[in-house]
Amino acid sequence: MSDHGGLHPAQPFPEAAREQVVRAQLRANLRKVTHTIREKRANVVGELPQWEQLRTLGAATKDASLANLSDRLLQLEQSVKARGGHVHWARDAQEAREIVARIAAAHGARELIKVKSITSDEIELNRALEERGIHAIETDLAELIVQLSHDRPSHILVPAIHRNRAEIQALFNAELPGEGELPDDPAALAAAARRYLRHKFLTTKMAVSGANFAIAETGTVCVVESEGNGRMCVTLPEVLVSIMGIEKVLETWEDISVFMELLPRSSTAERMNPYNSFWSGVTPGDGPQEFHLVLLDNGRTNVLADDFGRQTLRCIRCSACLNVCPVYERAGGHAYGSVYPGPIGAILTPQLLGMHDKNANTLPGASSLCGACYDVCPVKINIPQVLIYLRSEANLQKGLTAEALAMKGMKFVMSEGWRFEGALELARVGQGPLVHGDAITSLPGPLAGWTQVRDLKPFPKEGFRDWWRNRPAPVDAAPPAIVQKAEEGPVPPQKKEGGQFDAEPPREDTL
Amino acid sequence: MTAEPFPSTAEAKLELLTRINRAIAGAEQQPLPPYPVSAPLSREAVLHQFEDRILDYKAAFTRVLAGEIVGAVAAALGGARRVIVPPGLAAAWLPAGLDMLRDDPPLSHADLDRAEAVVTGCAVAVSETGTIILDHGPDQGRRALSLIPDLHVCLVRGDQVVQTVRQAVDTVAASVRAGRPLTWLSGGSATSDIELVRVEGVHGPRHLHVIVVE
Ligand code: SF4
Repeated sequence: MSDHGGLHPAQPFPEAAREQVVRAQLRANLRKVTHTIREKRANVVGELPQWEQLRTLGAATKDASLANLSDRLLQLEQSVKARGGHVHWARDAQEAREIVARIAAAHGARELIKVKSITSDEIELNRALEERGIHAIETDLAELIVQLSHDRPSHILVPAIHRNRAEIQALFNAELPGEGELPDDPAALAAAARRYLRHKFLTTKMAVSGANFAIAETGTVCVVESEGNGRMCVTLPEVLVSIMGIEKVLETWEDISVFMELLPRSSTAERMNPYNSFWSGVTPGDGPQEFHLVLLDNGRTNVLADDFGRQTLRCIRCSACLNVCPVYERAGGHAYGSVYPGPIGAILTPQLLGMHDKNANTLPGASSLCGACYDVCPVKINIPQVLIYLRSEANLQKGLTAEALAMKGMKFVMSEGWRFEGALELARVGQGPLVHGDAITSLPGPLAGWTQVRDLKPFPKEGFRDWWRNRPAPVDAAPPAIVQKAEEGPVPPQKKEGGQFDAEPPREDTL
Repeated sequence: MTAEPFPSTAEAKLELLTRINRAIAGAEQQPLPPYPVSAPLSREAVLHQFEDRILDYKAAFTRVLAGEIVGAVAAALGGARRVIVPPGLAAAWLPAGLDMLRDDPPLSHADLDRAEAVVTGCAVAVSETGTIILDHGPDQGRRALSLIPDLHVCLVRGDQVVQTVRQAVDTVAASVRAGRPLTWLSGGSATSDIELVRVEGVHGPRHLHVIVVE
């Protein structure tokens, strides 16, 4: 089996989530951050009346690039080489690590500086380098916090979102040499990080970055950031290695425009983020004089091969879907067990690893299917639809399980009113021994899977139908007002024999 | 520099391309929809919008007539004396009495670190997003010059300010095709990594002063 690096969840999502949801501090931090970004985002998006058309164009631009991916990558390779850079192809995480490690070894590097990059987390680059005696220093403030605390990132954009200032103060006091006692003020903590890292920027000979986009036509690689650490890393060292997933390539320079409109507003809720760097191979006299671009597959071609799941590769890692997701807000990034958390992680991770992976294939269940992720996605990935699609794929893998049987039974019971009422009566009587307090916390036998992830409310003594029949007659017999229908969410597909999809209303699951 | 230091990747490349071709066989390509553009604003409105956005990033903004440049630069520099000046920037725009660091021959990282400020031009600016784009032409210098000093004073000609990102991308297309790097600046360096409290200035210049000249 090939090595997938940091993609792989160590446990199924329901187990991991159960451990995380009880952490009150984590939930409080997460709620504050996701809600703040969410509101700011809505404001800056509202400034552009053509936002919906920009999304459509963004999606179409990525699709066009993916439809010609091999041509685009070959063109990118040529352009980068024509500008004096090197291009490497990596089938999996291990190959990518090997390439970076060999470049470092060729330069005798003992230390290198890094721009925040999920792709490098995906291939577990830091660990691999450490094993060879090469120390990779994270230069993004949040990544530095994560690295110093031997933790894992919990959010794509704000990886240390789960830590508050007091925790960071204690960490810096213990870990940053020569800083003395720091106060818990964010400005003072950021200043301490600045002093610590500045020396590294000015003296380190090699840097590693990810890439937000790469332009096939011109060989231009792009890094989008806020702090300036990215500019430092891609400008000051002598050697630069950028690792990018193969799906990041665009065709022409002009294609970058729509993403520079979509990404910052979706991501940090700014009209534009403070710094974007673009470079093409090597520029004599300016910046690194040796440049390597690593093109990484690591499961992406699995995703590409699925006509329906392919849209997942449009993702530009803005993290907007995380910030609106009620499941992410409660469970936190670590519950997903992979470097890709939240709604995008719930569809990307199992597809990259393949649906036979029994931990990853629990991730499509990590959703309430409320549709908020689809509404915010700047490249219109229909995450709820892909989730449903993957759930059905996972069920196909499992064959006929107790859950599948139970669903069949439910369909039989609910298709006729009298059967449904009879079943309710039975349930009210039958549940007696299972109710503890006001919840059913564990069901017996094959149904245990349900209560492992949710507490059930017991059936009420009197159901709606009984209450309706027995209610006192209304004084004024005016016809009831029509309750306004809730806005329709995106429609999930059901896979049918011929690979076609049928529209059905979304099912509400709760965590 | 060796031409191809890792010949083993030829095999990886072949397999990767085979996987991709198998995966996208039969994938259809739709024509791209047209690029949606904002309703155009008047010149004056564009400049106002630009000012508004720059101030929103907590950067400083001054708008002057050509004859007032020197005074505006002096005011923007404040007490900074050791100032980096790119090789192509007109000396006539700079106030007297500066300790000018010309990047010719190239300054070392340590020299750059000792500088207090840098004065540059730009390639184009975007009003809708408050973005300044450097293509590192002669009046802007190489990337490190505008990166290391703590204060960046950037001179923007009024006619360099366009309204949309798309217009700016078109403006610098020739530079990119010629292989030049680009730096896009929108305000100064900032982080919000600790409890989302915005802290100005982490690694890049902590202060940006934009001077629009007409
Ligand atoms: S799936 Fe869409 S919303 Fe989520 S990170 Fe990717 S681009 Fe952003």
